[in-house]
Amino acid sequence: MTVPEIVFTALGVVAVASGVLTVTTRQIVHAALWLVVSFGAVAGMYLVLTAEFVAWVQVLIYVGSIVVLLLFGIMLTRAPVGRSDGLDSRNRPWALAVAVGTAVVLVTVLWRGFRDARIDLEPGGGSGEEIGAAVFRQWVLPFEVLSVLLLAALVGAIVLSKARRADGSRTPEEG
Amino acid sequence: MSVAYPAVFAALLFSVGVYGVLARRNAILVLMSAELMLNAVNINLVAFDVWLKDVLHGGQVLALFTIVIAAAEVGLGLAIVLLLFRNRGNIDVDRQDTLRETDEPSDAASDEPVVTGEAR
Repeated sequence: MTVPEIVFTALGVVAVASGVLTVTTRQIVHAALWLVVSFGAVAGMYLVLTAEFVAWVQVLIYVGSIVVLLLFGIMLTRAPVGRSDGLDSRNRPWALAVAVGTAVVLVTVLWRGFRDARIDLEPGGGSGEEIGAAVFRQWVLPFEVLSVLLLAALVGAIVLSKARRADGSRTPEEG
Repeated sequence: MSVAYPAVFAALLFSVGVYGVLARRNAILVLMSAELMLNAVNINLVAFDVWLKDVLHGGQVLALFTIVIAAAEVGLGLAIVLLLFRNRGNIDVDRQDTLRETDEPSDAASDEPVVTGEAR
């Protein structure tokens, strides 16, 4: 094993272990905090793969905004902050079977298929300059379409979360 | 570095996400598990971009786009979850069964008077 492989394996173990804790912990706030650890380890994996810009975007958007949004959601839905047993549904054994099956099939196929393929890690391939040039030269149309998508999602979230007035309501409960 | 390392860790992270989506009851925890699955896909995209030395950097740019779409998805998802909480008082995904088929035979259900919505 080379040094990048050792570092990548350590980060991957951290990411998968904290992911497992995220989906098994009994405290919902702890799940969000373990998710931060998992996302941070994934950002480190991007750094090992020389994708610096993607790593910093991962830290900014995932750790910085998505986890904060999820924590806001936890607070606003008055979720049980302490230990609670009602977080798992009844079909846990089936979920475990499906997940283990998925893992076995995917890992077997990927290990057999890509065991001999080598990545040459050269710094600079994922720098902000390279990615910026790629986004604003070749991928500028998808970039602009994505901005429209973000605007639509923003408007949709505002419309959904806006409190309806009683006289304008269309639902029986509120009418 | 072998391509198998990122591919295998991404597959494991994806499986963890699959387990979370299927086993969790709280809607916010289901959203978190979906984020784990999206992260696994991003690792694959970046790894294959670096492996193939894509001159257009398609993999990394698509990973960035996926991150943005994940942010939009979480925003909309949380708005829906909050609306659900306001209308139903809980966000347990297996208790949102208004549209579920009942276990009773269908002829028993057809005896019920058909509820028509009032004109508003």
